[in-house]
Amino acid sequence: MIREPLIFEISEKGKRAFSLPELDVPSKKDILRNLPVRDEIEGFPQVSEVEIVRHFTRLSQTNHCIDVGFYPLGSCTMKYNPKINEKIASLLEFNSSHPAAPLDLVQGNLEVLKTTEELLAELTGMDAFSLQPSAGAQGELVGMMLIRAYLGERGNPRKIVLIPDSAHGTNPSSAHLCGYRVQEIRSNKKGTIDLKSLAQNMTEEVAALMITNPNTLGVFEVDIKKMAEIVHSKGGFVYMDGANMNALIGVCRPGDMDVDVIHLNLHKTFSTPHGGGGPGSGPVGVKRMLKPYLPLPIIERKDGKYFLNFDRPKSIGKVHSFYGNFLVIVKALAYILSLGYEGLKEVSEVAVLNSNYIRKSLEREYYLKYKTPTLHECVFSDKFQREHGVGNIDIAKRLIDFGLHPPTMSFPLIVRGALMTEPTETESKRDLDLFIDAMKQISKEAKKNPEVVRSAPHTSYVRRLDETSAARNPVLMWMEKKKIK
Amino acid sequence: MMAKIGISSLDELFSTIPKDIMLKRELNVPSPMTELELIQLFEKITQKNNYQNYLSFLGAGAYSHVIPYIVDYLSSRGEFISPYTPYQPEVSQGTLQVIFEFQTLICQLTGMDIANASLYDGASAAAEAVLMAHRLKGKSKVIIAKTLHPHYRRVIQTYVKNLGVEIEEIKYSETGEFDLKDLRKKLDDKTAAVVFQSPNFMGIIENLKKISDLAHSVQALSIVVVTEPVSLGILEAPGKLGADIVAGEGQSFGLPLSFGGPYLGFMACCQEYIRQFPGRIAGQTKDVDGKRGFVLTLSTREQHIRRERATSNICTNQAWCALRATIFLETLGREGLKELAWQNIQKANYALEKLSQIKGIKRKFKGNFFNEFVLEFSGGFEKISGFLRKKGIIGGLNLGEYYPELKKCALVCVTEMHKREEIDKLAAILKEGVKEK
Repeated sequence: MIREPLIFEISEKGKRAFSLPELDVPSKKDILRNLPVRDEIEGFPQVSEVEIVRHFTRLSQTNHCIDVGFYPLGSCTMKYNPKINEKIASLLEFNSSHPAAPLDLVQGNLEVLKTTEELLAELTGMDAFSLQPSAGAQGELVGMMLIRAYLGERGNPRKIVLIPDSAHGTNPSSAHLCGYRVQEIRSNKKGTIDLKSLAQNMTEEVAALMITNPNTLGVFEVDIKKMAEIVHSKGGFVYMDGANMNALIGVCRPGDMDVDVIHLNLHKTFSTPHGGGGPGSGPVGVKRMLKPYLPLPIIERKDGKYFLNFDRPKSIGKVHSFYGNFLVIVKALAYILSLGYEGLKEVSEVAVLNSNYIRKSLEREYYLKYKTPTLHECVFSDKFQREHGVGNIDIAKRLIDFGLHPPTMSFPLIVRGALMTEPTETESKRDLDLFIDAMKQISKEAKKNPEVVRSAPHTSYVRRLDETSAARNPVLMWMEKKKIK
Repeated sequence: MMAKIGISSLDELFSTIPKDIMLKRELNVPSPMTELELIQLFEKITQKNNYQNYLSFLGAGAYSHVIPYIVDYLSSRGEFISPYTPYQPEVSQGTLQVIFEFQTLICQLTGMDIANASLYDGASAAAEAVLMAHRLKGKSKVIIAKTLHPHYRRVIQTYVKNLGVEIEEIKYSETGEFDLKDLRKKLDDKTAAVVFQSPNFMGIIENLKKISDLAHSVQALSIVVVTEPVSLGILEAPGKLGADIVAGEGQSFGLPLSFGGPYLGFMACCQEYIRQFPGRIAGQTKDVDGKRGFVLTLSTREQHIRRERATSNICTNQAWCALRATIFLETLGREGLKELAWQNIQKANYALEKLSQIKGIKRKFKGNFFNEFVLEFSGGFEKISGFLRKKGIIGGLNLGEYYPELKKCALVCVTEMHKREEIDKLAAILKEGVKEK
């Protein structure tokens, strides 16, 4: 395989890949007088079109992706992204309209936004949605801000947010960014929130309980209504991280579980492509009492026309340069409409079926710390393999040799050596079996020939990378040789 | 599969969910649609838009620029669209090397030492920069130019509201520039940062050096916000003029207007602030065979390691938008970006000269500008704007909506996309419109 250099390394003076039409107005030479002008952009590349095309094509070929194969990254819901949705988002009137265009010229865009809000409200049982947050973490932050605004208006924004120890790292980080202190709640033996521990921690200084349901173990929090009762009895709010909504669509709704605020990840449950790390979209849904605080503007309809309402004195304010990641929302709406009510329920059913099939097939080879039934994902650990000196990282790297993407390993923190596996509904039995067989094979290798696992991957474009020295001596940009000294 | 699991119906999969929570009715969602029905439906919805039939001079933080075809072609590859954050570097070198190249390009453009992999958009990048300055300086006051994009100012306010940061705004001067006198009055040793945009919201190019020097005189950071980064093709890099943090919007680099999103927040800073820098960062390293490779690095700053003590809560960012910007910038290259900037400033100047000759229209601010400028209409902009609309033109942004004192004014944007005839047409119709009243 060709080692692809950095574009800067193949740059040659005078090459170019693009030309603009000749300037068609008289050129004024003295236009830059009095301005701090640069000679040239030092180091900027000069390459030809074919060089660029080959550069990016070759680079792309070193990526694993959903279009190539199985990607069971737990909590990330790496499902197939229907291609027609890309086409729809590229329709000229969607992708070329200016955000400050007069509203009568963008009624179609506003219809897309309003329709999506309404459909998400129906799917989740919430009363209103804002589509502005750009990703899940921004949705969390906005959700926390809504709660804080509501409480603050009533005299005391409170100080603490309760978060279970199984939570994704963005939860505590978002609560902190909203000015709250995070208090962790220990999970019980079933891997769920312990009601007693919640009751003990729930005081009138607690603004909210932030939960994920099903949680990061894939376990449904069966006591959710009781939890909500405990939290509400002290005047607090229940925030639900909707990252795992793929388990629940058409089955049950957070709104009916007495959840007050939720965010969804359109790039997870609603199939918009992850793009190598974004753009996502993290809409926030609320119950009626929090609606006045939603970000500016909100979309309303009057006399058959949509308009943007900025006149909302209680709103937390703006959170996005404009109205959110519009084209991502277009794709999510296309996804919802293509599946319809029948298809949406099937999504969750098959996602949970696939996950349980994997769980059942591998539970002898891989340790399951929690035996509680799971929904769309399950968290194995490397406990059995560790006896042979093989850790979850080794298992992950070995999977790469089988052409598969590894599961999530960085959390939940309550499972040592975690392998959080989420197959999603778009994988066939054949694909699941490929993964299962590979995992079984690795488990065998761990016993008989652990070195082959420990030194994996063997076939990838690069092999194990030295992350420690990358962090210790950071090289974060390319520099011309003569300058590095 | 069901036999393997030991169930006889799919409902059993959900048996842990309490009965009283289960949805007992069908979702109120339309029936499934085929691909053909779907595309027909959305085509119908787009027909309710009508922006494309207008000649538009809107800018104000979202710019119409040329997008080389290979940006669409290459960025639509499934290998770029359909992976996630490169958590497994061995199978994500494409994404990681692109981020590394993106970081390099942003550093070269801004003249800073380090850049991150992207943030959500220009507004949230500006807000993250303010939060970063607050952490670095431990001081409560942040001074913000009134000529920072009004939406960005509102987003910053939203972000800092609960963190005890106090914001003071600085007026603009008669020339449309940052008012240095006002700044001197408000600067004190409680100031963590001075935040300003260049070219600013009125299109005016600021004196970065002077403002930064003043900020530094009280040990405050100079945060430069760039909403039109094409300007950096010709203007000196902010890093060479005293900026400590540069934050901005990269939409101009290969992203269509998209009704405001997804766009591309970018951020760059000096080496010494690296531990407080937010967002994902790719770094260079070697693999076990000594081959060069790239990884996400310095992750002890991030939420998945540091949780509530992270420098930001960001997880998913705008990687694919950064990919498009990378392809765009590498395609235009050293000469192309310069030429692009040159054409923008030339065409905008040509337009201003033409338009300000019309009786009843005058240039509002004397400061140097890039591709946007403010016009004052003696009879107000609203009526003229209606007249232009009837002739198929959107003449600019009504500034009265954001600055009550500028209610007779419009912000006009001219880029390389406007042909000379189109600028001339705007002038001719404006002439007619001004007369008509």
